[in-house]
Parts: sequence; C-alpha cells; structure tokens
Amino acid sequence: MSILYDERVDGPLPNVDKPALLAALREQLPDMEVLHTVEDLKPYECDGLSAYTTTPMLVVLPERIEQVEQLLKLCYQRNVPVVARGAGTGLSGGALPLAQGILLVMARFKHILEVNPEGRFARVQPGVRNLAISQAVAPYDLYYAPDPSSQIACSIGGNVAENAGGVHCLKYGLTVHNLLKVEILTVEGERMTLGSDALDSPGFDLLALFTGSEGMLGIITEVTVKLLPKPQVAKVLLASFDSVEKAGRAVGEIIAAGIIPGGLEMMDNLAIRAAEDFIHAGYPVEAEAILLCELDGVEADVHDECVRVEAVLTQAGATEVRLARDEAERIRFWAGRKNAFPAVGRLSPDYYCMDGTIPRRELPGVLKGISDLSEEFGLRVANVFHAGDGNMHPLILFDANQPGELERAETLGGKILELCVKVGGSITGEHGVGREKINQMCSQFNSDELTLFHAVKAAFDPRGLLNPGKNIPTLHRCAEFGSMHVHHGKLPFPELERF
Amino acid sequence: MVMRHDADATTALLEQVNHGLNSSTALRIQGGNSKAFLGRKVDGEVLDTRAHRGIVSYDPTELVITARAGTPLVELEAALDEAGQMLTCEPAQFGGAATLGGMVAAGLSGPRRPWSGAVRDLVLGARLITGMGKHLRFGGEVMKNVAGYDLSRLLAGSFGCLGVITEVSLKVLPKPRQCLSLRLEMDAALALQKLAEWGQQPIPLSAASHDGRALHLRLEGGEGSVAAARERLGGELLDSAYWAGLREQRLSFFADPRPLWRLSVPSSTGVLTLPGEQLIDWGGAQRWLKSDADAALIRQTVAAVGGHATCFTAGHCDSPFQPLAAPLLRYHRQLKTQLDPQGIFNPGRMYAEV
Repeated sequence: MSILYDERVDGPLPNVDKPALLAALREQLPDMEVLHTVEDLKPYECDGLSAYTTTPMLVVLPERIEQVEQLLKLCYQRNVPVVARGAGTGLSGGALPLAQGILLVMARFKHILEVNPEGRFARVQPGVRNLAISQAVAPYDLYYAPDPSSQIACSIGGNVAENAGGVHCLKYGLTVHNLLKVEILTVEGERMTLGSDALDSPGFDLLALFTGSEGMLGIITEVTVKLLPKPQVAKVLLASFDSVEKAGRAVGEIIAAGIIPGGLEMMDNLAIRAAEDFIHAGYPVEAEAILLCELDGVEADVHDECVRVEAVLTQAGATEVRLARDEAERIRFWAGRKNAFPAVGRLSPDYYCMDGTIPRRELPGVLKGISDLSEEFGLRVANVFHAGDGNMHPLILFDANQPGELERAETLGGKILELCVKVGGSITGEHGVGREKINQMCSQFNSDELTLFHAVKAAFDPRGLLNPGKNIPTLHRCAEFGSMHVHHGKLPFPELERF
Repeated sequence: MVMRHDADATTALLEQVNHGLNSSTALRIQGGNSKAFLGRKVDGEVLDTRAHRGIVSYDPTELVITARAGTPLVELEAALDEAGQMLTCEPAQFGGAATLGGMVAAGLSGPRRPWSGAVRDLVLGARLITGMGKHLRFGGEVMKNVAGYDLSRLLAGSFGCLGVITEVSLKVLPKPRQCLSLRLEMDAALALQKLAEWGQQPIPLSAASHDGRALHLRLEGGEGSVAAARERLGGELLDSAYWAGLREQRLSFFADPRPLWRLSVPSSTGVLTLPGEQLIDWGGAQRWLKSDADAALIRQTVAAVGGHATCFTAGHCDSPFQPLAAPLLRYHRQLKTQLDPQGIFNPGRMYAEV
C-alpha cells in the first residue's frame, strides 16, 4: 500500500485549476517568486525522504511575511492545499508535496531578528538554520541546545514543526522544551502568537500543541528560542562490551547511579565497523556494542562524574573504558557516531533509517527481535541508538535496484516500528510521522484516538488545506491497512499482528 | 509500592461522564480541591478523581513514573524520594491535598521551574476521558515521542476544560548530590541585574527569589560546582525551608490580606512599579504581587513588558486569567467545541467563553 497521497483512502482533494491559480498569484503577489515549469519544480519533488517523490503543482518562495499572509488568504479563498517546507531535510516526508497543491518554501526567511543575552533568548525567522543560531550566540557563551544530526542544514521552522531532537535530549530536552514563543499564520492568514517572552502564557498551551504538528495547524513565521550557557567542559567516555545486553544494562546502571549524561549513545557491531572504516574514530571493531557517554557541566562535577561513570561501566562488564584524552579525541569519538548514517551508507547502495522509541529496559528483546526480522527478510540492519532516551535508529541496508528490495525494506521497517509499539514505545521519536509512518499510526493509535486527532485538526483547519494527508491517517486508510495486515498474515511473527 | 487505597475507578469516572453527556450536566472536575481559589467559578456536578489513585508503574532507571490522577502528590513524591528521585517542577502540595491530576490540570510549577522546566515539560503521556465519552491514551512512557499531536502536554494547564485526566506519565530525575541555599542582602533592582548576569554563566542555580529585603538563592549540583559557586557568590547560609514556604505560599508575604496576583514576565524585566508589595521568584520571571490595584492597571503594566497577570484570590476578579487576543480566543473556543462538543467539562473555569 503506497504511502503517496491516494484520494481513495486519504480523502478527496479540491480540484485546483493551475493556470488560473498561477494567474491569480501573479496578479496579487507580483513580486513573489513562483516556480511552475516542470524543470523548476523537479528539485522540490521530495524532502529528506528521497524514495518518495511528487511534483508539486506550484512552488512559491516568499521573502516577506506579508507575502505568506496574502498567499494563505488567497489559497483559503480558492480552496488550494498548502504544504509548508523549510530546508527540506526531514526524514519522514513531512514536506512531501502534493500534485494538487502549492509548496510553500520558507527557506528564504533567514534573518536572526534579535539576540538577547540577558534574557537568554534569540528571535529568528523560520528559515534560519539550527546551527546558525548557536553560531550567532557563541560570542555570549550561549547556545541553542537541540542538535538534530542535520543541524548544519535544517531550519528552525522545520525543527518546530517536527519537534526535532538530537543527541542531547535526555538532559536538555526536545525542541518543545527549548521554545518561548512562535508567531504563526492560521490557514486563513491570520497572525497569532503562541507562547510569550515570559515562561508561560495565558490559555491552553498551544505552543506545545503546535510543536511537532507537522505543518497541519498553521504556518510558523517566527520562532523565539531559549538559549543556555555553554557547559564549561565536556568529556566523553567510550566503553566496549562483548554483548549488547550488557551495554543496555550499563545504561540503566548509569542512570541508577543518579547521573544524567549530556549524551549517551550506543552502536552495535555493524555500525561500529562501518563508522570505523569511514571515520577512523578509534572504535574497537571487535566489540559487540559500544557506549559513548558524554558528561558536561562545571569542571569539578564533570571530573567527579567521569570517575563514577567509569566505575559503573566497569562494574557492568565493559571490556574496556576509555576517556577521550583531549578535545581532538573527543571530537573524533563523536565524529564516528555523527557519521554513522553515511558510514553505513557505504556498506550498501541504499539504507532506510528508522526512528522508533522504546522503554530502555526493552532494548535486549527488541534488538533480538530486529535481528530475527533481519534474517527473515534477508536484509542487514545496523543499530545506532540514543540509549539515554530510548530512541533507536535501526538502519536497514538494501539495494533499490534489486526488484522488490525497497518494498522488503519498508515492510521490515514497519515490522520494527510495530515491535516498538508492542513493548510500549512509539513509531517515531524525533523524525515525525509525515507520510512515511502514516500506516504505522494505525498500530499506535485506535480509531477513537485518531478521531480526536482529527478533531484537533478541525479546530484549526476545518477544510483540511494545510499539509493534507500527513501525520494522522484517515480511518479509511487504517481499515485498508488493517485488512492488508490480515491478508499478509503469512509473514513471520504473527504475535506482531495483534493490533 | 502499592498503597492501601490504590484503586482503579475508571469505570465509575466513565459512567459519570457518560451520564453528564446524556443529561447535558456540566461537571466540575476536582481532586483535592486545593486550587479552588484559581480560575472562575464552575457550576456543575462534582466529579471527584480521588477514588482513582495509585502508582501504576515506576521504574527509577527508566526515569518515568505513571500514576492515576487522584494520587496525592505527597504519596507520589514519597515514592520518588525513596528512590532518590524527584519531580523537578517542584509542585505545591497545598497542605497535602493536591493530587497528580490537579498538578497537571493547573500546571503550576515551583521555584525550580526556570532551570528544570514546567509541569508540561515533564509530561510524557496521559489518559483522558473525552467529550465523546471515550477513555483514550496519548503520548506514552518514553522520553521522545512525536507520533500524532502532543495532546498530553496540551492538557497541562488546561484546567480540566478539555476532558478528565485519569492517568499521567511523567519524566523524573535523580535528586542532586548537593544542595545549599544562600541569602544575600541587596535590593530588588540589584538582585535582578545580578540574576540576568549569572543566567549567562554555568552557575548551578536551581532557585532565585527576592523577598523585598534579600536575594535568596539555591544551588544544586555536584559537590565541586556547588562549593565553587558558594565561594564565588558569598552571602550567608539560608535554611532551605524558605523554598517550601515559597512553593506552598506560606511565607509571611502571602499573609497580607490584599488580593494575590501572579505576574509572569520575561526574566530580564527590571523592577515593576505597581501599588502594593512584590516578591520575586523564578529568577525574575515570576513576580508575586499583593495589591488592591485595579486589574486593568496591573494587566497593562505587565503586558507592556511582554508578560501576563493571573489573579490568585478567589472571586476578586471576573477574569482571573489574562484575557486572550481575539483570534486566539476564537481558536480556544473552536478547540473546546471540537474536544468537548457539549461543553460539560469545567465550563467557564478559564474563560467565560471556553
């Protein structure tokens, strides 16, 4: 069952007359750039989930918020669907265009509007890159904490829309924990402020609701982020284990010792070898699993915690524990992890990155389940894991040029996500549902819960013009998906089919 | 830890909601009723969550606790304390009556809030009885979860207007190894200036309040960082009971008979000139005001600096929460209509129209 928009199961879309719409845009927004030819539209046919493409009807590239406001009013009036897009780095197809809609590209809003070191906040336009914020406030020894691995390229508007994470979430939180305020435009083109410059605002917490809402409730036009003082020091320990179970238990032991590391990452043998081969980080290639544990803060505390964590790791059965000797080695240790995806990419023509979360105690069982599924489907899976917060990124290796392999990889991926749900986890920790996991939403939520989600959507966008088809599946789609499940009941692990 | 009174009263709660839906009876949701002073008066049949209580699951190494809404905070925090952990939002227990459900519904956070997050920041998941009479689950027991809209965080601070919260999963954290409080004699203006300066530095602050006479600080962290900050900041040692007094509104400041207002302002706001007495909390971001001044004057003054004011004295003001801008109010009503179509959950508790 394809994940591309299918009106039979995803609901009918309005019929949009392209020449008339183009003419209206040119007349009402003469100074806004509009792309409409096939060759101009092509580069926008997908986001970071490049296996799925749809050529948008039109692409608009506004440079002033007033243009966005007017555009939304025009689209509302003419009943035109609008898909918003930032830098297009999203991994779940949240910005996958619609053939019958406008792709609204917010990437040109690149201005940092205000940096306030006393108030520890920065006010920025939505197209500002995540890393650019930390760079701009570095002179004040401040930074913006959430650091998704795409932080060089991804934009803050997209981060808010997806509630982006990163490797430091356990201690510093997700995007939602690091925002003060967003300015939005409603589907009708009305301006609204959610949150405030204070720590809270009157009424319902719509800032929390909009964070991670995947462009379904409004268009983000400005973001005020919280800034934190840079930690004085950061140190990294690298621990090797001869089994993933031991590594998994060690994570629980560190937390039981009352320590919350700045980052706590796990990699399995296939990921270790791939990263070592690519980056030469100095990883132990014989280890079944490694843990990278970063401790940051005030120097005296960090030193103290390094000693404690080393003792815990040794006690937990680590075969070796290494403290990065200097900053260069610390960066090298991280480089291996941060480049794990491209490193794994070198092992195989294609790879498919999953994003499930699980309660940490379930890790050994889930890894075993993944390994069994990997064997069953005949596709290798490398595991990198934000171990501190239970967020797994299994990477499924496949070759799209081999007939049927992409479909097999997708089915395997779906099975892994369903396994995560089964043990009390979630189908997505930080990449979002988008289009990619639209079917798996039917596993995580029942029809009443999905109905409530649709009710929330209806409160903000009753006509369903904003990013149609993303995030929340229709009950019709779930029914179709459910019947397919039964149909393919021959697949292994029948116990996974019970929802 | 299973307590004597633990009980799952889901069936009874659902029954009462469905009866309310069938007979169009408004429900006044309450736990310990310890925050009855907050918000507008609700006419309706009381729906008491206290029979639905007990910790459902708690695994300290997962840093997550799940409990039923009627669980007294005292009981919840005792279980955490036993495992060396805590609710970092430091909620008020208001004489021991406050429940978990009430904490989430009111969304009131204690002195640690600017450094460790608000109630909503700890919410990982919730179960809710909806305006369609269904008992549903949103979010979960994992740290990261972006599947669907974030309804569980939306419930924090919604004062029961969107449904009956029956169960909540919260992120918890280990208690700091070291904790120490200081008192520094200085006026409010200097205190605010110092706090803005220290805020940009990695000092292990976890509470900062000025009571009109002196700046009170709490340091939390490892032995080394706390000792170093203590040396650097000077001042005299303070009894940490100050923070419980502040959190529970038991300091002598709160005994003043004039109406109590909570002013939420950007933390770097200077001294606010308003009639009455003020106490600074949250490192400057929360100001408590005892004043007879007009609501309009207070709100104007606070709005001018980008903040908002809430009246904490029952019955003093018809709109205890700062009125919303027109489009925002419209979307509040639309959300309320979608989630509670019959308008039976705490109607009017936050705003007359919601």
